[in-house]
Amino acid sequence: MQKKENQEVENRPDNTAFTQQRLPAWQPILSAGIVIPLFVLVGLAFIGIGVALFVTSRNLHVLEVWKNNLLWLNMALYVFFSPQGPVFFYYGLTNYFQNQRAYGVSKDYNQLSGDLDYFTFFFSIVPDSTCKPYRYDVNNKPIVPCGSLANSMFNDTFNLYQMKNGVKEEVPLDGKGISWWTDYNIKYRNPSVNPLRNAFNGTVKPLYWSKPAYELDPTDTANNGFINQDFLVWMRRSALPNFRKLYRRITDGLPAGNYSLEISYNYPVIAFDGKKKVAFSNVSWMGGKNEFLGIAYLVIGSLCLVMSVVMLIIYAKFKFPEED
Amino acid sequence: MPWMSPLARIRDALAGQRARDKDLRNLVSNLPYEGLDKWKQPNRHFRNNGIKTTKYSVLFFIPMNLFEQFHRLANLYFVGLAILNFVPVVQAFEPEVALIPICVILALTAIKDAWEDFRRYKSDKKLNRLPCFVYSSKEKCFVEKRWKDVRVGDFVKVESNDIVPADLLLLYTSDPNGVCHIETANLDGETNLKQRRAVPGVCITVSNTDILLIIHAVIRTGCLGFSHPDLVLKQHLVYLKGHETKAMLNNNGPRYKRSRLERRLNIDVIFCILLLFTMCIIGSLGHYLWLESMPSVPLYLVPQTDGHLDTPSLSSFYKFFSMIILLQVLIPISLYVSIELVKIGQIYFITNDLDLYDEETDATIQCKALNITEDLGQIQYIFSDKTGTLTENKMVFRRCSIMGREYPHKENGMFLCGPKRALKMYIYKIKILMFTKSLPPNQQETEVILDQKLLRQIRGTEKIDAYQDFFLALAICNTVVVSMATAKRLRVSARLTAEFQQTNQSNPLDTLSSLVRRAGSWTRLRAPITSETSANDLTTQGQSVNQTGGQTCSLHVPPQGTAPAVPAGKLCYEAESPDEAALVHTAKAYGFVLMSRTPDSVTVQLPSGAQLRFEVLDTLSFDSNRKRMSVLVRHPISKQCILYTKGADYAIMELLETPYGEKQQKAIASDTQQHLDCYAKEGLRTLCIAKKVLCDGEYESWAVQRQHALAAMDNREQLIMDSAVQIETNLCLLGATGVEDRLQDSVPDTVMTLREAGIQVWVLTGDKPETAVNIGYACRLLEQDDLVINMSCKNLCYWEKQSCSADPRNVDTTPDISLVIDGRTLTMLMSPDLRDRFVDLARHCRSVLCCRVTPLQKSEVVKLIREKLKVMTLAVGDGANDVNMIQAADIGVGISGQEGMQAVMASDFAISRFKHLKKLLLVHGHWCYSRLANMIIYFFYKNAANVNLLFWYQFFCGFTANAMIDHWLMIFFNLLFTSVPPIMFGIMDKDVSAEMLLGLPELYRTGQGKGEYSFFTFWISMLDAFYQSLVAFFIPYFTYRGSDIDIYAFGTPLNTISLFTILLHLSIEIKAWTIVHVFIILGSVTLYFIVTLAYGVRYLNYSGYWTLQAQMVDPMFYLVCLISTVIALLPRYLFHVLKNSITCSPIVEARHLDTLEPSTRDQWIKEWRSFRGRVQDKTSDVSVPPSPSLENLQDDTKQVKL
Repeated sequence: MQKKENQEVENRPDNTAFTQQRLPAWQPILSAGIVIPLFVLVGLAFIGIGVALFVTSRNLHVLEVWKNNLLWLNMALYVFFSPQGPVFFYYGLTNYFQNQRAYGVSKDYNQLSGDLDYFTFFFSIVPDSTCKPYRYDVNNKPIVPCGSLANSMFNDTFNLYQMKNGVKEEVPLDGKGISWWTDYNIKYRNPSVNPLRNAFNGTVKPLYWSKPAYELDPTDTANNGFINQDFLVWMRRSALPNFRKLYRRITDGLPAGNYSLEISYNYPVIAFDGKKKVAFSNVSWMGGKNEFLGIAYLVIGSLCLVMSVVMLIIYAKFKFPEED
Repeated sequence: MPWMSPLARIRDALAGQRARDKDLRNLVSNLPYEGLDKWKQPNRHFRNNGIKTTKYSVLFFIPMNLFEQFHRLANLYFVGLAILNFVPVVQAFEPEVALIPICVILALTAIKDAWEDFRRYKSDKKLNRLPCFVYSSKEKCFVEKRWKDVRVGDFVKVESNDIVPADLLLLYTSDPNGVCHIETANLDGETNLKQRRAVPGVCITVSNTDILLIIHAVIRTGCLGFSHPDLVLKQHLVYLKGHETKAMLNNNGPRYKRSRLERRLNIDVIFCILLLFTMCIIGSLGHYLWLESMPSVPLYLVPQTDGHLDTPSLSSFYKFFSMIILLQVLIPISLYVSIELVKIGQIYFITNDLDLYDEETDATIQCKALNITEDLGQIQYIFSDKTGTLTENKMVFRRCSIMGREYPHKENGMFLCGPKRALKMYIYKIKILMFTKSLPPNQQETEVILDQKLLRQIRGTEKIDAYQDFFLALAICNTVVVSMATAKRLRVSARLTAEFQQTNQSNPLDTLSSLVRRAGSWTRLRAPITSETSANDLTTQGQSVNQTGGQTCSLHVPPQGTAPAVPAGKLCYEAESPDEAALVHTAKAYGFVLMSRTPDSVTVQLPSGAQLRFEVLDTLSFDSNRKRMSVLVRHPISKQCILYTKGADYAIMELLETPYGEKQQKAIASDTQQHLDCYAKEGLRTLCIAKKVLCDGEYESWAVQRQHALAAMDNREQLIMDSAVQIETNLCLLGATGVEDRLQDSVPDTVMTLREAGIQVWVLTGDKPETAVNIGYACRLLEQDDLVINMSCKNLCYWEKQSCSADPRNVDTTPDISLVIDGRTLTMLMSPDLRDRFVDLARHCRSVLCCRVTPLQKSEVVKLIREKLKVMTLAVGDGANDVNMIQAADIGVGISGQEGMQAVMASDFAISRFKHLKKLLLVHGHWCYSRLANMIIYFFYKNAANVNLLFWYQFFCGFTANAMIDHWLMIFFNLLFTSVPPIMFGIMDKDVSAEMLLGLPELYRTGQGKGEYSFFTFWISMLDAFYQSLVAFFIPYFTYRGSDIDIYAFGTPLNTISLFTILLHLSIEIKAWTIVHVFIILGSVTLYFIVTLAYGVRYLNYSGYWTLQAQMVDPMFYLVCLISTVIALLPRYLFHVLKNSITCSPIVEARHLDTLEPSTRDQWIKEWRSFRGRVQDKTSDVSVPPSPSLENLQDDTKQVKL
């Protein structure tokens, strides 16, 4: 009999809150009355953030100089601000599409990690086929570093002089640590061969390079090969076609005054109708000078406040009858 | 196996093929060949009895499954894209990355298929291992074998309550008359017992060779005379096996219906495809212009290997395909997978609803069609059967009229009207009175309170013949099978049934729906009364004989014996229809006890205690055209040939004898007719009983004709019917019966609620108009102050004339019009020239009742309304006569009731009570629809919002189909981070609580017609997606413009903003938050950060190495994400706020009410309902301009009523 009773309710569904869809639920109704405090809060918070951003940005200074298409250039600059702390020295390009797919993948990871196996030519496998057509030269010698990205490395050089009472005094430029720490220390590696040039035996330098990779920085032997700072900066592709890249850091700041910038002009920009520029800027916690975000926060913050007023009106007009 | 020449083998195989293909099978017993090699077996060509419902084999699973899957267009699309990506010039991703989505989808489906197939395999194995007894000539007895080892040509012994292992030819039974009874519920769902007879003339007494000869003979007869059902019980020759059994041959796959929402969705997918193409063309053109604008070849353009660049036009042509690969997600293929998952979840909740569970039958709702749940929320018309659907289909004998005299059985009526508890007590008393030990399945059939007047009438001598005849007719004229109450039917274990049933579905969602389906080759058996003892006798006898020398075979017929007398109280009647059972019980109550029934005879015990054994000459079974059945018997005393007929009143009245002189007969007929009308008005089901005495000559000439008809090969049905019609003439009316069929629980309430929900309820019944109208009033389909238009053949012409002048479209100015139509009129109305007008009229009627309609008409009506009005229809019924209708409607609902399972098997949803329809539609229907509609819209939005980011980026990367987000992360974004929340949303969101939906049926109207998912909502959400993607792209763009940010560092905030926007957008859309929602949304965000951070380590990812880590220490990242998300969501947020504050849609108001205390809420509901009710009457007219000729029209309609 007992068994029979059990059998009778064999198919009975479980009576749990979940199966009966009775889980305790919170049913927020987005109506005017509820959102007013939210809008006020968000509005005030945004205005606060906006002011902070805006003020910070105001205290930052940028000096941008566009370059003409001249080969050698001595440019006179007048710096009318004297920012605190280090000043960053950028070079910039416009209309330069580092973000294309074919361009971006045109490199050999293994080569750049310092794996000597990839320094040799092994038909159709080494170096990576994405490097095409900058894989090997006519003599089937592998190009190191191979690929379009490395090949097109920016190679202008800059020297900055301060004019103190008619005397040119070179401003010390710090080229250390301008790339990502992870790029320098982990991602890119030189082959562990000493001296470095031996690793490059049997390879050729990229087509457009004037110097091989192991001689990129003649002044500092440690700053050569794949961990050359300028190389690392270049290899980090820009997201947008108009970009700037960090060239050097001026640790002591840039007091107001007259300066002269010497440029060795190597990099061609006519082909893509681009322009070059140099920029000096100091940075803060929010990076370089950028007023957009501060303004955006201010606008949206005020909008929220306005909205809360509108909501108040709506709330007064269309109250749900239950509140009567 | 001995050596055989290849040629011989081929010849053998060909012979086998021929043997299998032949209509006429020549079978040889296996007995003489026992122990011989396989190739010498005579029946080796036939397949074995093992069943295999699995689709795949272990070895070929992968290729076969892949082949299956590539039949789907969506998968082909994915594969096409993946292949396209291997072409270097159009490559957009790393080729291996592009393979991930298709691999994941294929793998998921394959795992699901494999698991299902494995379960099928397991249940097959279980079935194949069931034991059965097969005769072995070596052992000289029946040995136990497994089902799968049964071969064609074996002799099988099946005992009482066993399951039949294969299609069998019945050779011998332990019953002296060679009869056995089987239940075929697993085949056709019919739960009543069916009689099967052993092949006549088979005498199984001799040696093996003789058996062989006999078998030949048997098969020949089989082909000439009887049809398959005659093949069961006791000792059988296996006839068809395993896959060739009827059950397996009839087992079709599940039905596939496409919901309206899905059809709509497919159109939107086409829009998406167009959008994708537009975007790709823009990309391609942009690329061309970009290339053209370059003065010469810059360093960053990568030439081909040979150093030259493609021309801009060629390059832009390639880019078109790259763009398709890049933006492929815009076509939401994953949407289809998600929808399937959502529907699984929805069905899980529907089947687990306690309110849809019926304690009495221990049955939950069964969802058989798994992809039309959302259609439940859009129903506009319900077509309902009456008997068994609105009513219990538990017949109670109420009144009768014999020879023109009425016997009202007043007490009988009284307890039926009383409350349920009183009823139960009464039943109990009666049970004791009648000495019934255990109740048959249909409890109330047995309870009849005797009418004292009638009892006296019978006891007295006056008019004994007519009264006796009446009750004899009740007892004899039926197909009721008598069995012992003690030998209860053994139910096949429910679990086994369910398992086997599941294996027969190829439906992916079978786990959730324990569908009762056409099952295996087994039929439940029921032995006749004496089976047990004689079966034992038989075997022991056989064994002993065989031991002593084997001169006689065990398969011999025991001496004939008469069935032992059984006390009347222990009888149990198994009837095909509840009406029959009710009448037999009535006869029994008055002392005319049906004792036993064999094909040849019926034994009835008279009140005096004497038993009469009537020889049954013929049974003219019931069919829906004749609407009657007859039994032809020879009276044991008078030796007269008597025909007893029972049928619908009009079917009998037409056939009455019209003796001109006899006034009495006429008076009886007219009195009875009067009583019948009166019964019908009370809502009783009426039957007329008549008899006819034939002279021997008449019978014999007819019998010859009948024999011809039975033996005919072509047009057999028609001939049999004709022969029946021939003899059913000049009947003599005995009387009439009125049987009550009570309304089911809360039917009136359900009907009312459904109507309030804007659903038109039609009742299509085979009953008389009077009965139907009565039931109509009882279940509040018709109201007392309704204007009821009764259309029947007589006034049709009149109506036609009227309707020409009065446009029926204006009829609805009087709000409550109900239409009652009978079958014949309906046929006329369905004619092409009238059907439009009919539909037009019906549309404006509050309710429509169609009476005396045939099953075919039912489906025609449904089809007509469905096609003409373009509305969503639901048909609900319980019997075989509703199957057509159930299949014709958008949704078919079967009620598992008293009339077997055909309706359930044909249906999409099977419920046990009519009242369950209320919650199924109003709550689950509404939820399913609103959930799915919102989920689909959200899904479109989600994909568009995400993909558009990539599209905007194309404007800044020279349209080179590059992405600023790592491809793996892009894939994960759709696969992991944002896949679960919409599915959860589609399964669990609750816009309004169940209480509100039930309390305010009107809320259901939101889903009807176009509902929440329309052209408008789709495009709004697409526009929103564009807006949000613009914000999510351009806020970071302006923030980082001109800076030294690198490509993936730029993409990281974009991706993060996109994730937050998409998830918060969903959060705005979610109407009810439970712990599950919170968990899943937070889980998705956490997963995003964990996976992206983990992906940022070196060995997984070279180019995006440490990107998110670097970004997450930069405060700008958070600031950008914060403001972009806020700006992106502001419009939608505002839209919702304004919508909820300014407009007052019923849903919004209901949601407001939902937040109140339950008590206050109920009060509000009440007030609202009364308020709405008033408004409703007015608003319902709004769509139609008020008629200028209101008064005239009312006059017209009233005339029509005449």
